[in-house]
Amino acid sequence: MTLALEAVTLSVGPRTLLRNVSLAVPSGEVVTVMGPSGVGKSSLLAFASGALAGGMTATGRVLIDGRDVTREPPHRRGIGILFQDDLLFPHMSVAGNLLFGLHPSLRGRTARRAAISAALAEAELPGLEHRDPATLSGGQRARVALMRVLLSRPRALLLDEPFGRLDAALRDRFRGFVLAAARARNLPTLLVTHDPEDARAAAGPVIELAPPAARV
Amino acid sequence: MIPLAPVLLLAAMLVPIGAGLAATVLPAFGWLPALGGHAPSLQPWRDLLASPGLGRAVALTIGTGLAATTASFAVALALAVAARRPAMARVVTALLAPLLATPHAAMAIGLGFLIAPSGWLARLLSPWLTGWSTPPDLATVQDPWGIALTVGLCLKEIPYLLLAILAALAQADAMAARRVAAALGYGPWRAWALVVLPRIWPQMRLPVMAVLAFSLSVVDVALILGPSAPPTLAVMVLRLFADADLARWFPACAGALLLAGIVAAGLGLLLLIERVAARIGTAASRTGRRGGTGSAADAASMCAAILLALLGAGALAVLALWSFAGAWRFPDVLPARWSAAAWQAPMLRGPLLATIGIGLAATILALLLAALCLEREQRTGTRPGRSLALLYLPLLVPQIAFLSGFQQMLVRANLDGGALALVWSHLVFVLPYVFLSLADPWRALDPRLARAAAGLGASPARVLLRITLPLMLRPLLAAGAVGFAVSAGLYLPTLFAGAGRVATLATEAVTLSSGGDRRIGAASALLQAMLPLLAYAAAILLPAWTARHRRGMALQ
Repeated sequence: MTLALEAVTLSVGPRTLLRNVSLAVPSGEVVTVMGPSGVGKSSLLAFASGALAGGMTATGRVLIDGRDVTREPPHRRGIGILFQDDLLFPHMSVAGNLLFGLHPSLRGRTARRAAISAALAEAELPGLEHRDPATLSGGQRARVALMRVLLSRPRALLLDEPFGRLDAALRDRFRGFVLAAARARNLPTLLVTHDPEDARAAAGPVIELAPPAARV
Repeated sequence: MIPLAPVLLLAAMLVPIGAGLAATVLPAFGWLPALGGHAPSLQPWRDLLASPGLGRAVALTIGTGLAATTASFAVALALAVAARRPAMARVVTALLAPLLATPHAAMAIGLGFLIAPSGWLARLLSPWLTGWSTPPDLATVQDPWGIALTVGLCLKEIPYLLLAILAALAQADAMAARRVAAALGYGPWRAWALVVLPRIWPQMRLPVMAVLAFSLSVVDVALILGPSAPPTLAVMVLRLFADADLARWFPACAGALLLAGIVAAGLGLLLLIERVAARIGTAASRTGRRGGTGSAADAASMCAAILLALLGAGALAVLALWSFAGAWRFPDVLPARWSAAAWQAPMLRGPLLATIGIGLAATILALLLAALCLEREQRTGTRPGRSLALLYLPLLVPQIAFLSGFQQMLVRANLDGGALALVWSHLVFVLPYVFLSLADPWRALDPRLARAAAGLGASPARVLLRITLPLMLRPLLAAGAVGFAVSAGLYLPTLFAGAGRVATLATEAVTLSSGGDRRIGAASALLQAMLPLLAYAAAILLPAWTARHRRGMALQ
């Protein structure tokens, strides 16, 4: 599994946000994109996942395993994404959230339930199936959100500053957990952050995005 | 379906208005082949001008319309300013819901039962204070000056404008400006006039315009509380339309057009006043004068709130009394005998079912159109710009100016009196309210939820069904309740589209208010008021129940 962005240029009206950004993420590796806020890091992820905001124009290609998915709708790309907020669906239980994410190729109520239980056990949250997500702690919610993405069997993972909202102690643990889980599944992972600690932990290539004015 | 939603939504409103207006304008100038008008002429206008009492009807229309709008806006503003005190805020919020939910006609009938010469107020004061043992010969309702009509309109428009003010305040964070002004030593009332009102006025302009247009062209309240010889212009036009002599259709169309012209002039006047007021405000804000503590104004506002509460609660209470009254002679304060016969009157069953059926159908259609439009907005990331102002068109164009024409269209299409005609004509008025109340919560929904779901492989349809709609359940039901309440209150659309063959509680209440049985009239008005209340209750209780195990849903 690989993820590649080729010659991505993003602009808002006449203003060019990103020019000609290319990167390749091999299987099981984490590429970190860094830069100050407003530089277009999150827009790059939005472009990769196919959810660029209206008013933005983009050129360039998104490749998954060498296949061009630039024209595919977001839900057909197989690109999972984790945001700064867990974004658990508040009207569903923990199990409901995970079952919503779990890939449809796994059939049968019992098998699907078993997969959910196994995922919760892996996330060190055994037996929380029937809980209301609003009653979980921040760290627990973050892990449920991660398991929800992994259960959907993505072919690449995007991380949009997913550790920013957690306090320091929790951040280290969750970061380690996410990176290990992504590596264990050989997922190409693209991490966007402004925390140098994240980049060090990711232990992969780092791409620095500079504001347009500073770019030549 | 979704890409077409905005077109469908606008067409659902604009086709009846556009075609209806055209079918009013042409006969107003003599063109209506079906009734023998084959050549353009000014005869309809000459006939209209020759109608007895036209001048007085026009004066009455303008007088009551302007008075009701001015008074409603002034009182609503005063209540909003005074509501900075917690005690006042409690009174205001307690007032708002029941007054808003009660349809115009029901409120007008209740007010009539309250202030009529034989009404509850006279009974409460007689004979010990007034010495009356029979109802006095006073014109306290349907008075020639239209005072009762104006009061009846204010009773409904004050809460409407107050709600609009509170919504605008919440959006503009204008209260922060008031705190800044207060820190600079400005009194609360002056601070409001100089820094808060200018900030919220852009959001208030259309609601105030809607109130002005409604007050100038209202029919049901004018039939119940307004004078009858001559009546207001809108009622006069309605009588012309309903005349057995079909030739009267021509001057009726001319009259409807005249009313539309008066409303347009009124709206123009409002924009002019806005300019002048802005100048005066700017000049006043440069004098540096701070204004007083405003305790007298606060006290006056409190009195206004109490009067409003007494009239509103009194109107509803007297409806309840009459609906359960057996024998009730003047000047007894309470009925001598009680009876539930009015509630069992078979003549109410048909109108009740019609009101529910039409209301539900129009509301569901409106919700569907509005939700699809907002979903399209969310997906494309684009917002309609100025075309949104078109949403207010059904509230600004006088109903009678296009409903008669729309009915002509329906007759030609052989649809008049049918379910489609009724639902469509209700939809025109339900849509704006449903869309406006649904838009803010829908746009406030975190778009990353949909992105997260798409990242999990959920198709747009699945995201809509499993994520967006469940999360929007509360706003959907709230908007639905508003839409249903609007539909339950509509009088003219049923009258015209129903072709006189379909009665709803609104038309029944108005019919019964003129010389029908008071008990059945009261029961019918109360039923009309209860339906929206039930809808609001359902809109609050149902999502609370479905989300009873989901604490996070309280934040949605």
